[in-house]
Amino acid sequence: MSLPVLKAADFASDQDVRWCPGCGDYSILAQMKKVLPELGVPREKIVFISGIGCSSRFPYYMNTYGMHSIHGRAPTFATGLKSTRPDLMVWVITGDGDALSIGGNHFIHVLRRNLDINIVLFNNRIYGLTKGQYSPTSTEGQVTKSTPMGSIDHPLSPLSVALAAEATFVARSLDAHVKHLGEVLKRASQHKGTSLVEVYQNCNVFNDGAMAYAQEKKQRADNVVELEHGKPLVFGKDNEKAIRLVGTHLEIVNRNDVPDDDLLIHDEKDPNPSIQMMLARMRYPEMPEPIGILRDVDNVSTYDEQINAQVDLAKQTRGEGDLEKLFHAGDTWVVG
Amino acid sequence: MRLAGDSGDGMQLLGTQLTNTSALAGNDVATFPDFPAEIRAPRGTRAGVSGFQVQFAKEEIFTPGDTLDALVVMNPAALVTNIQDLRKGGILIANEDGFTDKDFKLAKVDANPLEATVINDSYRLIKVPMTQLTRTAVSEHGLSPKIADRCKNFFAMGLVYWLFGRSLDPTLRFIDNKFGKKPDVASANVAALRAGWAFGETTEAFGESYQVEAAELTPGTYRNIMGNQALAWGLVAASKLSKKDLFYGTYPITPASDILHELTKHKNFGVRTFQAEDEISAMCATIGAAFGGTMAVTASSGPGIALKAEAMGLGMMLELPMVVVNVQRGGPSTGLPTKTEQSDLLQAMFGRNGESPIPVIAPRSPADCFDMAIEAWRIATECMVPVMLLSDGYIANGSEPWKIPTLDSLPQIEIQHPVDSNDGEPFLPYLRDENMGRPWAIPGTEGLMHRVGGLEKEHQTGNVSYDPANHQLMTETRAAKVAKIADRIPEQEVYGETSGDLLVVSWGGTYGACLTAVRRCQEAGHRVSHAHLRYLNPMPRNLGDLLKSFDRVLVPELNMGQLRMLLRSAYLVDCIGYNKVQGKPFAVSELIEQIEALVPAAVAV
Repeated sequence: MSLPVLKAADFASDQDVRWCPGCGDYSILAQMKKVLPELGVPREKIVFISGIGCSSRFPYYMNTYGMHSIHGRAPTFATGLKSTRPDLMVWVITGDGDALSIGGNHFIHVLRRNLDINIVLFNNRIYGLTKGQYSPTSTEGQVTKSTPMGSIDHPLSPLSVALAAEATFVARSLDAHVKHLGEVLKRASQHKGTSLVEVYQNCNVFNDGAMAYAQEKKQRADNVVELEHGKPLVFGKDNEKAIRLVGTHLEIVNRNDVPDDDLLIHDEKDPNPSIQMMLARMRYPEMPEPIGILRDVDNVSTYDEQINAQVDLAKQTRGEGDLEKLFHAGDTWVVG
Repeated sequence: MRLAGDSGDGMQLLGTQLTNTSALAGNDVATFPDFPAEIRAPRGTRAGVSGFQVQFAKEEIFTPGDTLDALVVMNPAALVTNIQDLRKGGILIANEDGFTDKDFKLAKVDANPLEATVINDSYRLIKVPMTQLTRTAVSEHGLSPKIADRCKNFFAMGLVYWLFGRSLDPTLRFIDNKFGKKPDVASANVAALRAGWAFGETTEAFGESYQVEAAELTPGTYRNIMGNQALAWGLVAASKLSKKDLFYGTYPITPASDILHELTKHKNFGVRTFQAEDEISAMCATIGAAFGGTMAVTASSGPGIALKAEAMGLGMMLELPMVVVNVQRGGPSTGLPTKTEQSDLLQAMFGRNGESPIPVIAPRSPADCFDMAIEAWRIATECMVPVMLLSDGYIANGSEPWKIPTLDSLPQIEIQHPVDSNDGEPFLPYLRDENMGRPWAIPGTEGLMHRVGGLEKEHQTGNVSYDPANHQLMTETRAAKVAKIADRIPEQEVYGETSGDLLVVSWGGTYGACLTAVRRCQEAGHRVSHAHLRYLNPMPRNLGDLLKSFDRVLVPELNMGQLRMLLRSAYLVDCIGYNKVQGKPFAVSELIEQIEALVPAAVAV
């Protein structure tokens, strides 16, 4: 039996989308609907789980199974679901506040367990749903409703956190770069283990243009480097600039001045995350920021695989559980 | 009798063995392990004393007893912290070698209490140089003195077994199982056990040994079972009875962790245990598993339940079946982790934001944990709701004989997941059945794709709705769904007459003490009855009338009056509280005192 061919429209639910006009979330939703039909997974086998925040309304708009859960906890619902239903494709939709602030603990632990799910983290560096407080990714000095004199927090990068938590798939894309976004989402879905995709997403109401240096086509060439496995890290309007590894740090070089052999070649498959961590730490304006797949490492067992393998092994070695046997094991006595 | 020593002295092991052996001898047994929260409090100090109390009897018993007939103490700290519970004339066995000047200092006693006149006059003191005798007994086994000294609990065990005419066989089997891989340790423990027995038989100190005959229990096959173990087995049984695999998401916490330890042994039953990164994760993973169609359970104790509250509210809103176990301990905050209390009843009832009623049930004894675990899952699936199962530290760690049920006597739990009707109509995930439950449509089912969430649901469609009338309707519906369970649970049973001078109402782990107290008062001619609640939300449908049939109602609780508050508000019946929060269970004698103060003088029987 061949699977019915689905189109993007088949993945739209009957609910009106209620994000602000011009929100970057629309683009991510559109790319998701475009990518899913290409995966050949039936709609009923897909589950979207979200936390709380603007991005977390996402499941309501997908014609799949979905759960809009509570703030920061989406990875934990996914853990219970995927551990018991490894047949399902599970996506977690989260934001910078949801995943990195209130849900920071779960974010780390789902990554280290390498549960076979995909996490899409919409990073707009602001709290949108609560109307404009600063987030864990807001920049130092950023003026928001809750930081009128500027933020004094040091921001963190979800990519660095993910790599430190032993993530096996770490990527970044942009809501405005739709083709790239679609490809990264597809790659994430194909990875076995937890995939983390950070998406720079513009909040045009509370933090408009915060990542314009990367989002706007004109500026992007100089401020973003698109990672490609096995290729040097080149950027600039005419690909005239590149990245070189010197000792334990990265530097920008002019390609005319440096032979190609000296350039850093991207290796997303390197099990050692040291250089990938250096990439994750490249920040505008000192360095161009990387987009694409930083890390995609196979052959790491997944949590869902292991929890089920132990059940299978127990059944094989001890036989299917028998209540009668359990109750009567050990010392018993008969009365009457 | 009570066995008391240092945390590292193996008193809990000794107690468990004595319990099993007595149960196997056909006695009815009830136990009360009592230990400090510290794993190894400073040696020899009062803070480090670990005790295990067991009552074995030839008649049916419901508590580990108020006063001790016999007390074994391994050091002065154990003596001074336990002696007040030994009845006058009771047997006091002391490990003489544990009473040195150093030990007196650690226990903060001025002089050797074994030489005190009051001790020698009040009790039958028997001093036994256990450490020396154990060392001699195990000397051939080539163990270091340190390891050899660890065998002295087996020496004490042998002595106690002789005193009560117990068979050594079950403990010999236990030693073989436990230490089989370390033959020198195994044979040393056997030697110590036999030496203890021989000491009892040859010394003239005791004069006599005691025989406790088998109790008359209902015919059947029995085993000894602890509350947490029974609860875990009940969950495994419920999963089999409902043909569902069991997912257990939890975070370690005293006194609930033993449920995890037990369940994780039974993966061949399709049990998946998930030790989460925190309590919240444990609760949410449980909801995730429930969404996927699995039997989902989490457990914790008070502080952990507080952390789970928001997620539990979501579980109630999503209307998915799951079981939340609270093995209560002394609160508030970190409170008394290893001591018992019943102070989370109102938390179970109301400890979530918004109007969020869930069913609450409570086992009454260690063995009852098995039945109530099954009942919790039955109710959860019947009306699609998280069910709170309120155990407590006293029954979780206590044990009693359990009549092993036959499989066909257990309730079958029928679960149906809907499939697409293919009638062109949209699927309605919040359509109600006769129990007001909604369909448990699980991912993977074609045509039933739907979204759930914590935002208010529209009646039937389940879509997000901010409509004022809909919110009222849904709030009332969720409450009515839980209230309606009262139609399908048993009516409240009464021990004694259904009217009279006084009704004693209890719940949870105080069952045994309350029942025993009421029985004794009935025997003394008082018109007093006992109603023990296993269903707390909703309460049995006849309870209101029952309360009103008595002149007075006494509600003894190990809290400041939580059930009393619920009864008063639900039935407008004035209830009198007897409230104790000392981390200890009720003594039967204090309950009798309370009852007698409230009833007219006894009529002659």
